[in-house]
Amino acid sequence: MNQNLLYILAFMAILVAAGYVYNRKSVLAQARSGAVQNGRGSMAHWHSQANYHGYFTAWITGLVTFAIFIGGVFIGGSGLPFLLAWLGVIILSGLATILIVNRKITPQFRARNYVERFIKLSLILLSVIAVLTTFGIIMSLLFESLRFFDKVPVLDFLFGLQWSPQTALRADQAGQSGAFGAVPIFAGTFLIMLVAMVIAGPIGLMIAIYLSEYASKSVRKIVKPLIEILAGIPTVVYGFFALLTVGPTIRNFAEGFGFSVPTQSALAAGVVMGVMIIPLISSLSDDVINAVPQTIRDGSYALGATKSETMKQVVFAGALPGIIGAFLLAISRAIGETMIVVMAAGRAANLTGNPFEAVTTVTVQIVALLTGDQEFDSPKTLAAFALGLVLFVITLILNVIALTVVRKYRERYD
Amino acid sequence: MSDIESPSTDVKFTCRDVKVHYGDFEALHGIDIDIPDRGVTAFIGPSGCGKSTFLRTFNRMNDTIEGCRVSGEVLMDGQDIYDKTLDPVLLRAQVGMVFQKPNPFPKSIYDNIAYGPRIHGLTSSKAELDALVEKSLRRAGLWDEVKDRLKLSGTGLSGGQQQRLVIARAIAVSPQVILMDEPASALDPIATAKLEALIDELKERYCIIIVTHSMAQAARVSDKTAFFYMGDLIEFDDTEKIFTNPSNSRTQDYITGRTG
Repeated sequence: MNQNLLYILAFMAILVAAGYVYNRKSVLAQARSGAVQNGRGSMAHWHSQANYHGYFTAWITGLVTFAIFIGGVFIGGSGLPFLLAWLGVIILSGLATILIVNRKITPQFRARNYVERFIKLSLILLSVIAVLTTFGIIMSLLFESLRFFDKVPVLDFLFGLQWSPQTALRADQAGQSGAFGAVPIFAGTFLIMLVAMVIAGPIGLMIAIYLSEYASKSVRKIVKPLIEILAGIPTVVYGFFALLTVGPTIRNFAEGFGFSVPTQSALAAGVVMGVMIIPLISSLSDDVINAVPQTIRDGSYALGATKSETMKQVVFAGALPGIIGAFLLAISRAIGETMIVVMAAGRAANLTGNPFEAVTTVTVQIVALLTGDQEFDSPKTLAAFALGLVLFVITLILNVIALTVVRKYRERYD
Repeated sequence: MSDIESPSTDVKFTCRDVKVHYGDFEALHGIDIDIPDRGVTAFIGPSGCGKSTFLRTFNRMNDTIEGCRVSGEVLMDGQDIYDKTLDPVLLRAQVGMVFQKPNPFPKSIYDNIAYGPRIHGLTSSKAELDALVEKSLRRAGLWDEVKDRLKLSGTGLSGGQQQRLVIARAIAVSPQVILMDEPASALDPIATAKLEALIDELKERYCIIIVTHSMAQAARVSDKTAFFYMGDLIEFDDTEKIFTNPSNSRTQDYITGRTG
């Protein structure tokens, strides 16, 4: 069946192409014979060029055949006779469309305007699809979360301090009822994000300032791509780098001072995540610093300001909204990052502010809740939706703040 | 008309054989000129003649351009400003500059003016700084228009106001010289008229050098005019003389619109 659908779609494509070619030719032929009679350039008195008549035919043919195609899908018969009849109707109606349009072709026909309108409509349609998809995802998150909140009270989820989502698989099993207090895992997420930003914020910003203000062109040409390579490393590689190299190093270092530190810790995951988002911050900040016009720097130099005074007080002020935007984007990225924390942060939902302890994050818990054999209506799996919803709301708020800040303080340079 | 009196006959800048190179390209081929203190000196000439490049030698702004070299001698009050021991940062505090496009900093109007005094430590108290900001804005003829919105961004002003703002900003560090690089080219006629009136007032206190594409403007505001062509100084004389009876035929061609 699926394969047959492909054949039918191929026939439709051929019809559309044929419609374009046939009616375009037909316009050119008409135009040529018209030109012989009135002695002017062949397309001179045509409202639309031959191409537009072709496109118009192609669009109409496409729409008609697609409508019949969808109709066939809904009727949903099977077997060879049905398929042949379906294909036959499509081909016949397609050909009929081409011929009817062909009869309509006159120099006055405003094919160009229709084509432009079609294009506008299809662009609108595509953007609507994107918006609806987002909307659909939000709705799904919302409704599944509501189901979860039927079983676990919202307040227990948002403010509970205990997270241990193991529930009894069968009613007769004893003991585990599960605790769904999300505070520890949001605290863990926040802690790792904080460590990552402490690493990536200053380093990324300084790199951007060096590259845009101090580095010579040749240095910049080499260093910038090298830093951006960091962004191209798969996160799973960062993950085992954190687990196998950074984690043990931190542990050994701490043992040297007589502390016992687990291999999986917020610090290991956060440091590596920080390295990962350095290029995000440096690249975006570099762009906004470069967008500050040279004339403003000149104005500062002309007042007798040094390079660093100009950078700190003038260029930075102009680039600040963009830099804030870059930081918020990096924070969103850090919060949503999964692979590194799955491998390096651990799964224990400790409520702690100590970066040397193992913590867990929202993304890690979503992975943990949904991997393995699960019923899809147990609180354990539904909790993933609730976590996803809260994560989404947080990043949404971050983005809104970022946009507002950027819009409010943006300097317009033309 | 040689009986017209210049405001002062003291010389501010003495230039001897000044050449400027951008990489291998020689933009100025050895300029000799004496710029008078007080009053307005205008540089005119067709695009690419080197007048802006020459203007930027007076505050060493060419230093900020990669591959730019200046040779020859530029003396300000008898001191070589290209001397190795001279700090361009200190020079630029004495030689202010106003650019073609208004370039207020992305800060409040107040902070725009206070920027220079702050980095040079010119005031010792908030009240002193307030007074300096007000004085500078008044001198630039902008005070009445902005006194109620000093905390608002300088980039929100109109083009003409922005240009007077950057003049106020330059005045605030008490320079001796103000360089202006086509300051009115982005302004409408009304804003231009205000700017020219301001230049007229400022020339009593400062040595002003202005590059302009408008010959009418040069004739209106300047006391002396220098005509540049293809990297050479062709003629330098009283403005009156340049525009009525130039001694060089190329000057004549340019001001009558036959070249450039």
